[in-house]
Amino acid sequence: MTESTEIRTAALPPVALIPLSQHIGAPAKCLVQPGDRVREEELIGEAAGFVSANIHSSVPGTVKEIREIFLPNGMKTQAVAIELSGEFSRLGKESVKEDWKSLDLDSIRNRIREMGIVGMGGATFPTHVKLSLPEGKSCEYFIVNAVECEPYLTSDHKLMLTRAGEILEGIEIVRKLLNPEKVIIGIEANKMDAARHLQGMIDRMGVKVEVAPLKVKYPQGAEKSLIKAITGREVPSGKLPLEVGVINANVGTCFAIYEAVVYKKPLVERLVTVSGGAIKNPGVFQVRIGTTIRELIEECGGFTEEPEKIISGGPMMGFAFFDLDTPVMKGTSGIVALTKRDVKRSRMTACLSCGKCIAACPMGLNPTKLYKFLDFEMVGDAAGERLMDCVECGSCAYVCPAHLPLVQMFRVGKGEMRKNAQK
Amino acid sequence: MSTSFIMGHVSLALVPASLWGVYVFGWRALLVLLVSIAASVLTEGILCRITSQENTVTDGSALLTGLLIGMNMPPAVPLFIPVVASFFAIFVVKWTFGGLGANWMNPALAGRVFVFMSWTGGMTTWTLPGKLGRIGALDTVTGPTPLGSLKTGLMNGIDGITGPLQLLAGEGVPVTYRDLFMGNIPGCIGEVSALLLLAGALYMLVRKIITWHIPLSYALSFALLVWVFGGNRYGLGLFHGDVLFHLLSGGFMLGALFMATDMATSPITNRGKLIYGVGCGFMTFLIRFFGSFPEGVSLAIIFMNIFVPLIDRLIKPTTFGVAKAGRKAKEEAR
Repeated sequence: MTESTEIRTAALPPVALIPLSQHIGAPAKCLVQPGDRVREEELIGEAAGFVSANIHSSVPGTVKEIREIFLPNGMKTQAVAIELSGEFSRLGKESVKEDWKSLDLDSIRNRIREMGIVGMGGATFPTHVKLSLPEGKSCEYFIVNAVECEPYLTSDHKLMLTRAGEILEGIEIVRKLLNPEKVIIGIEANKMDAARHLQGMIDRMGVKVEVAPLKVKYPQGAEKSLIKAITGREVPSGKLPLEVGVINANVGTCFAIYEAVVYKKPLVERLVTVSGGAIKNPGVFQVRIGTTIRELIEECGGFTEEPEKIISGGPMMGFAFFDLDTPVMKGTSGIVALTKRDVKRSRMTACLSCGKCIAACPMGLNPTKLYKFLDFEMVGDAAGERLMDCVECGSCAYVCPAHLPLVQMFRVGKGEMRKNAQK
Repeated sequence: MSTSFIMGHVSLALVPASLWGVYVFGWRALLVLLVSIAASVLTEGILCRITSQENTVTDGSALLTGLLIGMNMPPAVPLFIPVVASFFAIFVVKWTFGGLGANWMNPALAGRVFVFMSWTGGMTTWTLPGKLGRIGALDTVTGPTPLGSLKTGLMNGIDGITGPLQLLAGEGVPVTYRDLFMGNIPGCIGEVSALLLLAGALYMLVRKIITWHIPLSYALSFALLVWVFGGNRYGLGLFHGDVLFHLLSGGFMLGALFMATDMATSPITNRGKLIYGVGCGFMTFLIRFFGSFPEGVSLAIIFMNIFVPLIDRLIKPTTFGVAKAGRKAKEEAR
């Protein structure tokens, strides 16, 4: 729906609502108080620990309040509301470009950390952590995830078509940090225009990057599936990709790394696809973090009809918004508003043991068995059937003729297991 | 895809073979089919009402069970028999074990076997197929099925006989492969036309309702055993069995294509399905060749139903990132 449109710049939010936890790991420590003046890109939340990320103000203005908000994934977090006023220090001005090649490894890594870069594909894992190789480990492959296999989402596609050079330079920065033997961009074969564009840019820049077109097959972009498709290696159950010599990052993350290192620009804006049958004029927007989804949807001309469900991220793996005043965050790749027809579900029946979920599962799990265990609150047995290996891609629920809420059940079960592990 | 889609399309795939049964055996056959379906659906509906549960009639499963029971009845069966079979299938086999998807035995087959054991006479009176212009004639003539004649013929002695077709000719009930394939033989209403059952199964394969694993492994294992040992009873030694006759006669097609493939009572993984299919083929061979019944498909499938939970426990899907110990060792050696 948004494939052939141009990237639009979203209006600045009159009040930016910036959560202090937009990443995996510890929430950032708040550095401001109501009444404080902040500049554009000023640090307002400081990373609390190694696995955490800095948070910056996306607009200049005055801190109005700090309040608790709910995020689509059900988490609660503190958020800083900044009322827009005053002058922008970067927006609309020429930025100074720095020659990153003269920087040493620690300065580069530090800058990525300072600028609050996290994984932009949706997982929002702090990037400086990912790019710090543990002692004795080496990275054989650096894989750039440009698969974007979720239906409706086209942000990464657009980014590759318009910012190929920047993405590749971001990749070169990562190459300097990790020194991998091979760098491969994995892209689904339905985005060949972007693949050709990247290849052209690779040739022009003379960098050693391969573009690997992959079969269009959900969930090709799931980390472990992608690594298998490109290297033929299976990441062992419960282990990280580095176990098989791979580190991967989303294309959007590579672009953010470029901006952070070359322009010292913190992560204060991102591309967001606003799409779905209930959106009047769908599009891809460059959005300041903290803009509410209500404002974004208004910018699309509002709804064509009352949406049945609005989803943060893609329709397969995303979470439903329960509040239109939820802000866009670092990991918000898309907003998909679905109509009643889109989400029409047939009646749920008992499991028929048809086995379609098993055939669909990219991780080779037995979803129906997991479901039955969790239905009887046998979390331990579900763990024995490798519940934690579930990537929550939703393929099983999609094919299930009985329309069982499989993924929802697995999320609850995984939550239980994490809780039990903490005890 | 939904549950009612699956049930509806399996029923649809059975319609041509059922209509053929009505065509060759007369209107009486249609009555048997309708009574079976009505009894199944009614039992399901009443049970929902009594237990004040959500109405599950609309998921189509009871209708399919009823249709399958009707197709497994002889055309001249007394009408109370399919009613009892339907009630037994829906109430005892399906509901007491937890309803849709929770039954461990195929309800339609269990219903059939139950009434077969209880009223063997009524369940073994076979209508001869009508000459094609004589639909619904009142002067119904009865006679044995090819497999039934085979069993009695074998007991009468086999001097100079080299195979089932010759034996049947000697018994005075000659059939050809063409009769068997088209369905021009006495038998249950829905089992006689191999051609239309195959067409229905092809439809289900195309619709991705079933996979090839069970029918193919069932057919191949059964065919292999018949080919290797089937000629023995005629004194021909190994590798002289009449495979085609056994694949086309009795309830094999209906059983292998539509009953053994029942989702709830067959293994969930493809590898499990292969094991289950081979087991069905082996049991069908044993019962047909060494049992006292002429027909072995129903009992073979029910017997293998028992092993499904065990198969599902042993055969697991290959989990991503869990390398088998052997494979890992091999990789390390490299």
